[in-house]
Amino acid sequence: MKITLNGSVAETDSPDLAALVTAKGIDPCALVIEHNSRVIKQEHWGTTPVREGDVIELLNFVGGG
Amino acid sequence: MEDMLTLGQKTFSSRLLTGTGKFSSKSLIGPMLEASRSEMITVALRRVDPTAGNEDSILAHIPDSVTLLPNTSGARTANEAVRIARIAREAGCGEFIKIEVISDMQFLLPDNHETLKATEVLAKEGFTVLPYMMPDITVSRQLHDAGAAAVMPLGSPIGSNRGLEMRAMIRRIIDTSRLPVIVDAGIGKPSQAAEAMEMGADAVLVNTAIATAQDPVMAGEAFAMAVEAGRMAFLAELAGQHHAARASSPLTGFLRE
Repeated sequence: MKITLNGSVAETDSPDLAALVTAKGIDPCALVIEHNSRVIKQEHWGTTPVREGDVIELLNFVGGG
Repeated sequence: MEDMLTLGQKTFSSRLLTGTGKFSSKSLIGPMLEASRSEMITVALRRVDPTAGNEDSILAHIPDSVTLLPNTSGARTANEAVRIARIAREAGCGEFIKIEVISDMQFLLPDNHETLKATEVLAKEGFTVLPYMMPDITVSRQLHDAGAAAVMPLGSPIGSNRGLEMRAMIRRIIDTSRLPVIVDAGIGKPSQAAEAMEMGADAVLVNTAIATAQDPVMAGEAFAMAVEAGRMAFLAELAGQHHAARASSPLTGFLRE
């Protein structure tokens, strides 16, 4: 299915957010996920399904002034 | 001497806010915080680059005792700033937000109009809003009325190390503001931080000058000393300048023939 991931169209077969993070090889520690404009807490990633057309942002905190 | 800085619901004994940008190694941030005694530090929110490899989080280098001040850098409109602020709070960063809305990419100067709009929204949502702003007395008053917890006029463009180019306007904001005034951006050396504090600024935010020093830990300590010295000088109410000399030794009773 097609989703919008960090502003770009992406193809994924991950059934939920936790699987998506694993598939992308991203360290889940300190990762922030915005799913269709809602921030999803880490304990709910495994129960939040990924569906066709979802808009997902994978974010983290970085150095900044 | 009990001389605390109050921002929103929190009080701070340090008047030096720091930032996490531009450090050559994140491992310097913890020792810098210890040396500078800074109790509040900025962080930014960005998209993850899956190709960049996994690094440890910047948050892992900030002790729990230090208050996080997420910024809305990257926002060009009030709506974008509001979105970033909400994400930061949802992510567990607390109530503080530094609003930074920039559309001028040459000098990175803040957009006061969009900043004011974002402040109105976020203050109503319970954020402790610290808006980065072009020094402007009218906007300073409007930010107060919109519910900001402080105003953060810039000294000079971000990262320029040019000090208080906006000195005259900052002084007028200090004279008129009912909110704490935190001079942010452009402070390049401790003497400039001290100058802001001597003028009566309530605090300063220093990132680039500390982070890009050859020894950021020692620079952090130097800025802490300057901020404290400047604050004490302000509280001591130093006498003003005079054109002519005024003798500091008696002008009578000379041992003269």
